[in-house]
Amino acid sequence: MAVKVVIPTPLRPYAGKQDSVEFDARTVGEALSRLTTKYEELRKHLYTDDGKIRSFVNVYLNDEDIRYLQKENTQTKDGDTISIVPSIAGGFASPAASGANR
Amino acid sequence: MLLYLSKQLMREIETKAEESYPHECCGALLGKDGAGKREVLDVFPLVNRREDSPRNRFAITPEDFCAAEKAASDRGLELIGWYHSHPDHPALPSEYDREHAWPWYSYIIVSVADRKPGEMKSWRLADDRARFELEPIEVRFSSSAVSPAR
Repeated sequence: MAVKVVIPTPLRPYAGKQDSVEFDARTVGEALSRLTTKYEELRKHLYTDDGKIRSFVNVYLNDEDIRYLQKENTQTKDGDTISIVPSIAGGFASPAASGANR
Repeated sequence: MLLYLSKQLMREIETKAEESYPHECCGALLGKDGAGKREVLDVFPLVNRREDSPRNRFAITPEDFCAAEKAASDRGLELIGWYHSHPDHPALPSEYDREHAWPWYSYIIVSVADRKPGEMKSWRLADDRARFELEPIEVRFSSSAVSPAR
């Protein structure tokens, strides 16, 4: 069953410059896993080092946030669309630790 | 990379930083991305959703993100980045900024002290997420067209 994953603009350089990719997948987690296996460079921008989806990264199945469904175990069906939308966040706390390269 | 920003839009960002002080302001940068340079052609102010800690944090919800994307699309522009203020702190990205960023976007930070805007700098996250790199801002007195890369 083909599921479309829409790639947000900032991550397209890591996904062959494509705006969407289709995969056969039974769950949202499986689709994302296939995505980050095919495009390894994408992984670190979506997942933390311990394999969790980054807190500011929101994943939607069609228009539903998967946090309110079964998270990555949410089942998909043919023709579904998965969207990746960031929550933009920031602020100061420890500028010295930022590693800013001036 | 070089970021073009008109004096007028720079002033708009500074005004938001002043008005929000001592809280952080935030918003989206709308513009065009070209080969080796990009230009901010409009700004889209947003509400700082971090009500629990607005003096040193800002948050833009996915709904606000989508509103910013629509605003860019409606104006024939791209969502090329974000701005926020650092009240009484320098225009340097924090560790928290780094953890919550994606590459490609331009992140403008404006320092504001005692309600007076100070330094404004733009930063881009490195591909490996290890650090931010300074993106020089070229202030223009009128906007110029940056040819889109695509």
